[in-house]
Amino acid sequence: MATSTIVIHRKVEIISPTRQRVTGIVEVLLGVLIFLFSRRAEPGMVARFVMTPGGLDRGAAPDWIVPAYATLLVLAILAVGLGLVQIFRGFGRWMNLVLSVVVALFVFAFLTWATAGKSLNLVGMLSAAVLLGVPIILGAFSGVLSERAGVVNIAIEGMMLMAAMVGALVGSVTKNMWIGLLAAVLSSMLLALIHGVLSIHYKINQIISGTVINIFSTGLTSFLSAKFLQTYQQLNNPPIFPRIPIPLLADIPVIGPLFFNTNLFVYIMLIALIVIQVALFSTRWGLRLRAVGEHPKAADTLGINVFATRYMAVLLSGLMAGIGGAFFTLGSVGRFDEMMTAGKGFIGLAAMIFGNWTPLGAFGAGLLFGFADSIATKLTILGTGIPTQFMAMSPYIVTMIVLAGVVGRGQMPAADGTPYEKE
Amino acid sequence: MSENKPKQDAGKVFLEEVTGQSEEAQRLKGWRKTGRTLVVPLLAIFTGLVFGAIFIVVTSEDVYAAFRVSFGTGMAAVWKTIIQSYQALFTGALGDPARIVAAFQSGNPLEIRRAVNPILESLVNATPYIFAGLAVALGFRSGLFNIGVEGQLFMGAAAATAVGIFVKGLPQIIHAPLAFLAGALGGALWGFIPGWLKAKTGAHEVINTIMMNWIAFRLTEWLLSGPLTRPGSGGLPISPIIEKSAEIPQFFPPPIRFHLGFFIALAFAYAVHWLLFKTTWGFDLRTVGANPNAAKYAGMNITKNIVLAMTLSGALAGMAGANQILAVNRSMALGLSPGYGFDSIALALLGNSTPMGVVLASLLFGALRNGATRMELLYIPNDIISIIQALILAFVAAPAIIRTIYRIRVPKEAEEAVFTGSWGGGSK
Repeated sequence: MATSTIVIHRKVEIISPTRQRVTGIVEVLLGVLIFLFSRRAEPGMVARFVMTPGGLDRGAAPDWIVPAYATLLVLAILAVGLGLVQIFRGFGRWMNLVLSVVVALFVFAFLTWATAGKSLNLVGMLSAAVLLGVPIILGAFSGVLSERAGVVNIAIEGMMLMAAMVGALVGSVTKNMWIGLLAAVLSSMLLALIHGVLSIHYKINQIISGTVINIFSTGLTSFLSAKFLQTYQQLNNPPIFPRIPIPLLADIPVIGPLFFNTNLFVYIMLIALIVIQVALFSTRWGLRLRAVGEHPKAADTLGINVFATRYMAVLLSGLMAGIGGAFFTLGSVGRFDEMMTAGKGFIGLAAMIFGNWTPLGAFGAGLLFGFADSIATKLTILGTGIPTQFMAMSPYIVTMIVLAGVVGRGQMPAADGTPYEKE
Repeated sequence: MSENKPKQDAGKVFLEEVTGQSEEAQRLKGWRKTGRTLVVPLLAIFTGLVFGAIFIVVTSEDVYAAFRVSFGTGMAAVWKTIIQSYQALFTGALGDPARIVAAFQSGNPLEIRRAVNPILESLVNATPYIFAGLAVALGFRSGLFNIGVEGQLFMGAAAATAVGIFVKGLPQIIHAPLAFLAGALGGALWGFIPGWLKAKTGAHEVINTIMMNWIAFRLTEWLLSGPLTRPGSGGLPISPIIEKSAEIPQFFPPPIRFHLGFFIALAFAYAVHWLLFKTTWGFDLRTVGANPNAAKYAGMNITKNIVLAMTLSGALAGMAGANQILAVNRSMALGLSPGYGFDSIALALLGNSTPMGVVLASLLFGALRNGATRMELLYIPNDIISIIQALILAFVAAPAIIRTIYRIRVPKEAEEAVFTGSWGGGSK
């Protein structure tokens, strides 16, 4: 087969001096901010991080006590130092890595500042972040799969909403969460099929097609919810997937409670991460799928069926969104409420862009966005006076900054969004 | 499958735009042309309603109960459900004809007003649709996909509310327009940012406007529970009631809500028509939208036009929000919009991105939304309208479906509206 010889040319990224300097300045500014935090913490104040999530005894670790003032000072110096090196010497291809390190330092400094004189259950917060991240990450995988094949999917939100409702309904009727999950996934894939037919077969603008699905699924779920689910409570009471500890791994401190002693959806997410990453970038199947997204005409010439590949990618995208949607009702809340996905599908889209259209990147971005969400909920408890809404906004702002190319432009598939016309 | 959508010859389009030939030709063809452009939208609406009816029947418990008795009773129940639902939709949207006639015969002004109120209420419902639909249509014409109407609408509403609350002691003739203008500016800012980012960095406006939507939601949530909160609301995100002087006047005493905003919307529809089709600016915008490369060769400033179009589009969306605050709700809450932002995409497509078409489509959607409130009395949730709207949008966007269902021949020339190319089309 000649297909394996397709080489997808990528532009070699050249880091402009301006961008180096801007990045350096950003890092220095973050350092200065950390320093300002330290001014608010009195010497001798300690931040107490609890390292065992509540209600769990496996994977326990001793509490972590941090002297606030000293830690903040050290972090500030580190950040400013890295920033200065960035401005004057540059880290070359490590630039983005260094930037993320500085951002991580900043986040930690922020938490230390917020917790100074109090205590915070860090592992509890991280495990909340993972759970909040599940629908975002699965949504982002959904986006990666379809956009890598050249089909823009802004209907992730609608697919998730539909899956959430169908999962709750079928799960309640059959009193079986597995059948509920299956039905949820099928409903989402059905919507994906419609998206495929509209955008691949009828070649209508993919964003309009996505909007059709979003409006339709908002309408349908709200309609059925108002007509049946709210009136007959027995239709909206599905069983929830229980916590499944994995032997041995669940006992690892910190990591154990986060990833190996939780619910099925986290495991599905981790498996999907590995499978999609490997399949997309190390198999012939993935190469073909990406070829269709980058240069459909070339792929067609070499004998790849562009339409079939795109349909398959969109259906798989629906599969991922369906699992992500089912998480809302079968994995976390246990009932369906109108509009309960609350924009998670769109954050998933943002995570996909932030993660540069790769599963691994999307996973990282999704965790980060989940983390932002969980900080937002903790902020009110810690009483920092920062409105939670600003925390909740940050994923969107960060995505816009990434998209604008301030911290390195993502490389979207070249044929993303263009219908393919066979000639 | 390529015969579904004839490819538009970009060069030809540009030539026609320059010489004005195509519009001349359109005018000459007259009624036949109008008929042909109306066939698909009308059939799309009809098909949407048919699917809606099927949906209502399938989810009706009465129908299932009747089928359990016998097939005949079942069919009768199906028929009865459809008639009842759409009768409710019709009278809810346009009023009860018998009652209107009786009211006019009695000559009692109060009774007349009450009888025609459903129509007036439909117009009230149509007003934000007109503004929002114009916003999307203006974007489409300029080759931009403004999917951020919802966020721009929220920012417009917030700005108008702020001016309506905090500015005091002005006469209504100044205060109301000022608040409305603030709303337009709020929306314009929210449109300007993605427009500017697209022009300067090539970041696609679709992603950025989606992101801006969510930033706007969170921001208004904060505003309404912080700086703009109503004292004593107990933490509910709702603003105080705006000053009397900031109100856009309603024509009749409550509960009739028909207001001046409707005519302002019509005036803006005309203004957008004039801007797009009668000015050089509009010509530039349309050319950039139809064919950016040709526009570049003709020496048009693409950057300026993108920013301008997004800003104006945002301003129109902001007006939709300002209108809802100043003329209808008189205070701001988070449930401000039942999805005007996404519905407006359907409006612009249904109206083929012409201001006149948008107004007609808005009247239809306003009537549907209003009529749905009457359907709720029959235990049909008004979300049925969203389902019908989504179907209409799908059928209008993919005329091939309608042509297949009704076996209509494919017209010789392309009739689809011009859109932006690909996701990454802007990053060159």
